[in-house]
Amino acid sequence: MANVNAGHHDHHPDQEELRTFAFWIYLMTDVILFATLFATYIVLQGSTDGGPGPKELFQMNGIYASTFILLTSSFTSGLAILAMNKGNRLALMNWLGVTIFLGASFLFLEINEFIHMVSEGATIGTSAFLTAFYTLVGTHGLHVTLGIGWMIIVIMQIAKHGITPVTKRKVNIISLFWHFLDVVWIFVFTIVYVMGVN
Amino acid sequence: MWESVKEFASEFFVTGDPLIYGADVSIVLSIIAIVSVLTYFKKWGWLWREWLTTVDHKKIGIMYILASVLMLFRGGVDALLMRAQLVMPEMQFLSGDHYNQIFTTHGVIMILFMAMPLMFGLFNVIVPLQLGARDVAFPFLNALSFWLFFSGAMLFNLSFVIGGSPDAGWLAYPPYSELAFNPGPGQDFYIWGIQISGIGSLMTGINFIVTILKVRAPGMTLMKMPMFSWSVLSSCIAIVFAFPILTVTLALLFIDRYLGGHFFTLDGGGNPMMYINLIWMWGHPEVYIIVLPAFGIFSEIVATFSRKKLFGYKSMVFAMIIISVLSFLVWAHHFFTMGSGADVNAFFAVTTMLIAIPTGVKVFNWLFTMFRGKITFETPMLWTVGIIPNFVIGGMTGVLLSVAPADFQYHNSYFLIAHFHQVIIAGVVFGFFAGLYYWWPKIFGFKLNERIGRWAFWLWNIGFYLCFMPQYALGLMGMTRRIYTYGWDKGWFEMNLVSTIGAVIMGAAFLVQIWDIAHSIKHMKRDTTGDPWNARTLEWSIPSPAPFYNFAVMPQVTSQDDWHERKLRIEQGLEKPAKVALEPIHMPKNSGIPIVMSMFWFFVGFGLIFDWLWMAVPGFIGVIACMVVHSFNYDTDYYVTVEEIKRTEAEAGRVIT
Ligand code: HEM
Ligand SMILES: [Cu+2]
Repeated sequence: MANVNAGHHDHHPDQEELRTFAFWIYLMTDVILFATLFATYIVLQGSTDGGPGPKELFQMNGIYASTFILLTSSFTSGLAILAMNKGNRLALMNWLGVTIFLGASFLFLEINEFIHMVSEGATIGTSAFLTAFYTLVGTHGLHVTLGIGWMIIVIMQIAKHGITPVTKRKVNIISLFWHFLDVVWIFVFTIVYVMGVN
Repeated sequence: MWESVKEFASEFFVTGDPLIYGADVSIVLSIIAIVSVLTYFKKWGWLWREWLTTVDHKKIGIMYILASVLMLFRGGVDALLMRAQLVMPEMQFLSGDHYNQIFTTHGVIMILFMAMPLMFGLFNVIVPLQLGARDVAFPFLNALSFWLFFSGAMLFNLSFVIGGSPDAGWLAYPPYSELAFNPGPGQDFYIWGIQISGIGSLMTGINFIVTILKVRAPGMTLMKMPMFSWSVLSSCIAIVFAFPILTVTLALLFIDRYLGGHFFTLDGGGNPMMYINLIWMWGHPEVYIIVLPAFGIFSEIVATFSRKKLFGYKSMVFAMIIISVLSFLVWAHHFFTMGSGADVNAFFAVTTMLIAIPTGVKVFNWLFTMFRGKITFETPMLWTVGIIPNFVIGGMTGVLLSVAPADFQYHNSYFLIAHFHQVIIAGVVFGFFAGLYYWWPKIFGFKLNERIGRWAFWLWNIGFYLCFMPQYALGLMGMTRRIYTYGWDKGWFEMNLVSTIGAVIMGAAFLVQIWDIAHSIKHMKRDTTGDPWNARTLEWSIPSPAPFYNFAVMPQVTSQDDWHERKLRIEQGLEKPAKVALEPIHMPKNSGIPIVMSMFWFFVGFGLIFDWLWMAVPGFIGVIACMVVHSFNYDTDYYVTVEEIKRTEAEAGRVIT
């Protein structure tokens, strides 16, 4: 059997690199998931079945605000990475904290929007358009919620272990996820809201 | 109080049918048997440590295979029930409702809970060994995938005795699968059983892509990789693209049913046709997801038993990639008759026919590999050769079906049933059987009995042709699928009779296979070579069954069919078995989280099926808690010492100095 040369110690591959790669593949599956939801939304957009449509329902000021907040949070998650690369643990945790705060504000606005719409009688069961709307936007919101919970866990681990290859990878991955949510939101913003009211 | 218990039970448990009482009794009896055997022999701890919490890909693979054989049994019993009902005109054996439930569960179980896990089982036991790897990329995730599949399958199977089985067909087309027409819990069992196991499949897809792309032995470039691993890669890429669509589709159907949504309803502006598009955007690739690995298996077996290099390696790889891409462009051939218009139909007809080209390339490559080879016909090769005519017939009838105008005649007839069983049984399932016979000695350390194996082969094949050839004719004579009875005046009696006889013979063939296994265990002849077929790829270079760390020393790959080449060099004296320096091996620790987390998923599913939030919500919290616990766990691996490696290899008959 051919020998493995000694310099090439222990042949198990670098787990952190593997996980990051796997996460990219996972993100691709998420892209497909959202693409499918967008497709259903586009098909059902006009099927308001006599109920309210985008023009009556969407209040663009709130949407601009939440869009701005989410974009900012993407930026702060980038600042967290910068702090991490400089080895500044406290700044890293703080920037992640700010990101969480912004993400939570975004969610707060979104939930308010939903409550408002429901109070006007536009529920998920009103029409196919609204079913598709709540499902698409809600799935994005669910992802944001997940991201927030996950970020809290990562912060706790940084507090416990400091900046190690493992926590570093975790921060990189969550920030990748967060940027991804931002990109998805830009599509939601354009296709659902801007194109809806125009 | 008693009254309300009785009322609850009468709705909760399915009653009133001898088949179901039989199932109840057999479930209770087998649980009692399992529990008492385990307790009597004090095996609980062993079961937990060695199997339930294992992250060893080989054991996970064995569990997949075991579960899928059980499911083959269940799906097979369903098939026999259906064939019994259809054996002659005006049968009164099953009611129409019952027949609907049976063809639905049969279809779902066979495709999602039999073919998929059998395939994943083979992925698991073989791919890391072929790649010269210690494990898959993510052993923990791998265990989780298995247990999710298992939970989903159990959930689905439970519907038979609790709540009622789904009956809207294996793809659950709305509006019939919508709440308005299908209020019982059966359809929700369908949604959650498939959803939970589908998430597991998606994770397996990701895991194996990373494994194949990133953890191959040093020197194994992609173009030196064994063909089976290539087929797994292409299948997994298709999984990663197709399964999210399934996840969404089922979720949307659930939203319709549970939250009163209108995606696919007839009212509220919903669009049932959208479901049909979505489900086939997953469903068609799904067919190729399961057939590509079978192609990979044939390629390995043909080369080994012809004692030749596989003919046209590159074109094989290329064909596989083209098939997995094209499989996403043909979905609409499943509804040529549903008013898409001539242009759309023409496009999908052409793309469908195009798939026949790379498939044909593969068949010719197998034939050319055999040409002038020193062929021997051990059981794996027998199966492989037996499958070629099946593929040719199945492929041809497939092309016939892809002619859009002609499909108006074949659509939803027994012609279609015969076609897809031809490719799915005689291509996929027989292909996996071939793989099982081939790799059996590697997995378990002994060969299956050849003579009984031949019996099983012939029974399966004779049964198959008897069962399905008449169905092509029945289809042309106008017998439609999913009918549960027909009149004497149709003239379908004789052919249906033959068909049922064929099905019974296949049932017998299954029993013969089980007998083969039992017999071979009893008269076990240990394989001490690790390479009983004189094969070509790396998995055969280590002892059988493989030690838990797979390779004591990582192989250095220099060529395609590396193990074969190495054997040649040693034979010719060009290479001596080198002295090796053992090093401690890095291994993942077992974990109970996957099984616990899947149990919580089971509660989520069950709770949502019966609208019991008191069960679903804690279940969901449990799922999250498991994830958090796992995330905080940094103590996930250990090292195997050199002494232990030496001892294990010595026990397997290899002396390493
Ligand atoms: C082994 C012997 C088998 C027999 C005798 C058999 C027989 C049947 C029969 C009688 C039907 C119902 C046709 C109808 O009334 O529409 C059916 C449907 C079906 N079978 Fe099989 N089958 C077998 C194996 C398999 C396998 C191995 C698979 C897949 C891996 C499979 C997949 C399906 C599917 C997807 C359906 C359609 C269910 C539906 O209409 O919703 N079958 N089979
Ligand atoms: Cu198809």
